[in-house]
Amino acid sequence: MKLLTLNFLTCARKACKTSAASFPLHPRDAELEQIEVDLNPLFIQNVLPRVEWDALKSLSSELGLPNLPDQCPDAAELTSDDEPSQTLKDLHTLLLETTIQSGKLVCGNCGHEYAIKEGIANFLLPSHLV
Amino acid sequence: MDYLVRLVQVHESFRKPELEALAALANINIEFLAYADESPFCILRLQSEAAARSLIARSILSQGIYELWGSGIDYPSLHADVTARTKVQWRQYQDCSFRFTLDGFQGKRSPSSQRDVMESFQYMGFDGPIQMNDADLSMCIFEEYERKARTPKMLYLGRLIASSGRRAKATYDLKKRRYISTTSMDSELALVTANMAHAAPGRLFYDPFMGTGSFPIACAHFGAVALGSDIDGRSIRGKKDRDVVSNFVQYGIAGRYLDSFVSDLTHTPLRTARYLDGVVCDPPYGVREGLKVLGSAKAESGKAVVLNNGELAHLQEGFVPPKRPYSFEAMLDDILDFAASMLVENGRLAMWMPTANDDDVELAIPSHPSLELVSVCVQAFNKWSRRLLTYRRLPDAQVDSTAPRPQRTYVAGATADELNSFRRKYFEGFKNASGTSTP
Repeated sequence: MKLLTLNFLTCARKACKTSAASFPLHPRDAELEQIEVDLNPLFIQNVLPRVEWDALKSLSSELGLPNLPDQCPDAAELTSDDEPSQTLKDLHTLLLETTIQSGKLVCGNCGHEYAIKEGIANFLLPSHLV
Repeated sequence: MDYLVRLVQVHESFRKPELEALAALANINIEFLAYADESPFCILRLQSEAAARSLIARSILSQGIYELWGSGIDYPSLHADVTARTKVQWRQYQDCSFRFTLDGFQGKRSPSSQRDVMESFQYMGFDGPIQMNDADLSMCIFEEYERKARTPKMLYLGRLIASSGRRAKATYDLKKRRYISTTSMDSELALVTANMAHAAPGRLFYDPFMGTGSFPIACAHFGAVALGSDIDGRSIRGKKDRDVVSNFVQYGIAGRYLDSFVSDLTHTPLRTARYLDGVVCDPPYGVREGLKVLGSAKAESGKAVVLNNGELAHLQEGFVPPKRPYSFEAMLDDILDFAASMLVENGRLAMWMPTANDDDVELAIPSHPSLELVSVCVQAFNKWSRRLLTYRRLPDAQVDSTAPRPQRTYVAGATADELNSFRRKYFEGFKNASGTSTP
């Protein structure tokens, strides 16, 4: 699971949807893996405004990754002389090349844990939580 | 300028909507001058040759686009029209390499007859070398015949501008794909669906019923970044080195594969906000896969199940959460609700749903005040048919929030058969007019 995807995920329980604590999910026992993905500047530019930056910052620090700037970079910072900037490349590495191969994602509201195995997270709920 | 699009003669009801979707995507003004489901020749008006190239580049249900040089019901009228329209242009093609081809629909000519027809255009004065491959000028004579007719009823002459994107159909053919299943959508229609949904570079697309990833693949082919999920983790994980990811790797588009996860759309872990550019799906019809959602089919205590050894059942390795049957109509509404709350402005939902040939089980096309129905295309099989519905998420300012959601009364039931009329009909066999049923 790439870190970008994590920024779009909350607890699947309907009861948790109304609580702010259910987002972002907190990784636990996470095994990270760095993969190589072709740079996609247009996609980063398009999706960055949709990212919850504070959640990304807290995720980054929870995983022991380098600190992110306080504010989300704006569009101008993503290019320099019509080329992808270093900022964009760093975001690419963080969001699309850093993956959680295994571990758990924990809801800050109810404590339920979702397992990630071989990069695929399982959000199916047992019947008593549905 | 008038252009002729040489369409393929399959999936007829999809062809015009696909061109319209591609025109909208490329921001091109398109005016249909002549189109018929029975004909592969479509005449349209576009602003420029650049627009023509742009339009056809991704088209799956056509072969190419031609600058229309003339039309007529017979050769004398065709030659007259060609002369009237294009005489001033012939000079510029005097010396370049050229070729003529003849494309007959529902009829054909012998090679010598074809040669005669081509030579009848000698008056245009092309003097350059005749070159069958990579000629600078490629002219095509189109002949449209009524079935079993000896002579054509309509003729066109066109100058080839560009070929379509149809070669992608062969590239992504399921027969050559490393990982498929019985639910995999064929490449042609998956690509058309991606076109209808406006999958494009830089965009984020999602399939909540991804199966083996046919739609995410089609979306990624057109440059979108694809996210997918499915309630059945096995179809995502596959076996060994044959899984969804290996398909993306096979086609060299792994860079546009974002992620897959296991989830039930009715209990989605995706946070609610407007960040998806497109949603593409072929939800289970409730027949083969038995449409299911999380929850137990039986009445339950609502408490966690504890095993004999005191441990919680749902924390055990390999625990499979129970699922219960769900109404297909309810799922369609859920998909629309989901799309309306997750799509960006003008984002599109492209979704397949079945209809049955018998009137008494026709499923109504679902609607939502925030979604504009853009098109309905029908693929007809022998005894049933299915529709591709395309919706556009309206800008908030255009949504009539006062319009009440149509109250849907879902069939009450506990079993898959009770909840899904289509499934019931499918397994009962479709009864013909005389009342006998056929399997």
